[in-house]
Amino acid sequence: MSAYDTLVRKYERQIFRIAQHITQNREDAEDVMQDAFLKAYEKLEQFQGNSKFYTWLVRIAVNESLMRLRKRRTGKMVSIDEDIETDEGSVPRDLADWAPDPEQNYNQSELAEILRKTIQGLPQGFRIVFVLRDVEGLSTEETAETLGLSIPAVKSRLLRARLQLRERLSRYFHRKKGVER
Amino acid sequence: MKCKEFLALLDDLIDDSVSPEMRTELQTHLGKCGHCEVVFNTTRKTIEIYRSHEIYDLPAGLRDRLHAAIMARCKKGC
Repeated sequence: MSAYDTLVRKYERQIFRIAQHITQNREDAEDVMQDAFLKAYEKLEQFQGNSKFYTWLVRIAVNESLMRLRKRRTGKMVSIDEDIETDEGSVPRDLADWAPDPEQNYNQSELAEILRKTIQGLPQGFRIVFVLRDVEGLSTEETAETLGLSIPAVKSRLLRARLQLRERLSRYFHRKKGVER
Repeated sequence: MKCKEFLALLDDLIDDSVSPEMRTELQTHLGKCGHCEVVFNTTRKTIEIYRSHEIYDLPAGLRDRLHAAIMARCKKGC
């Protein structure tokens, strides 16, 4: 038990973040985190050493999060392919440079709010890929395996997610005209 | 190299998964194209900002509730 407790403490933040990014609801994210760790504990014997414990746990958390979303939107299918038929951001439009260290123009809570709002606006199928690859550090292969996507699909979604986020953040981080440091 | 070709390889450049020859080609394009340079730098910055800022704090007491739930499940036998 204490060994498992160590694992929980090691990964609790990441699992909570992933659940929150997918469900976009704090209560659901708490439930998902609890269910994911309990499920992983119960199935520990089934865990095969051919994948890392962390990616196995992430897969459980992603599935639990999608299930929770389905429950919330009764009757409506929820999949990671949702809303991705958009060309928004695939060609950069905003080409103005950002201020140096643009995040320093905002205090911590303002910045967190901007980052939350911006990423919440991404289509689900892009957001999950970005979070797993760029925030949580999974490889392209691990992300593909976790989400049941092909490697080219992960790559294409990641590029579009990054470009869309960049485009949206540009509104806040533009270098102000006439202000040079 | 055209901007469209650069953009198709942007992720590979950011993730450092291009061959040395391709890297040189991409960097040559960057040296000549201000627009692509902005897109490259600000995309890299976007990733860095999301990686380095915690935007969802772990709710107070969640760790204890989780620990208690695991302990309770264990008592039932697992």
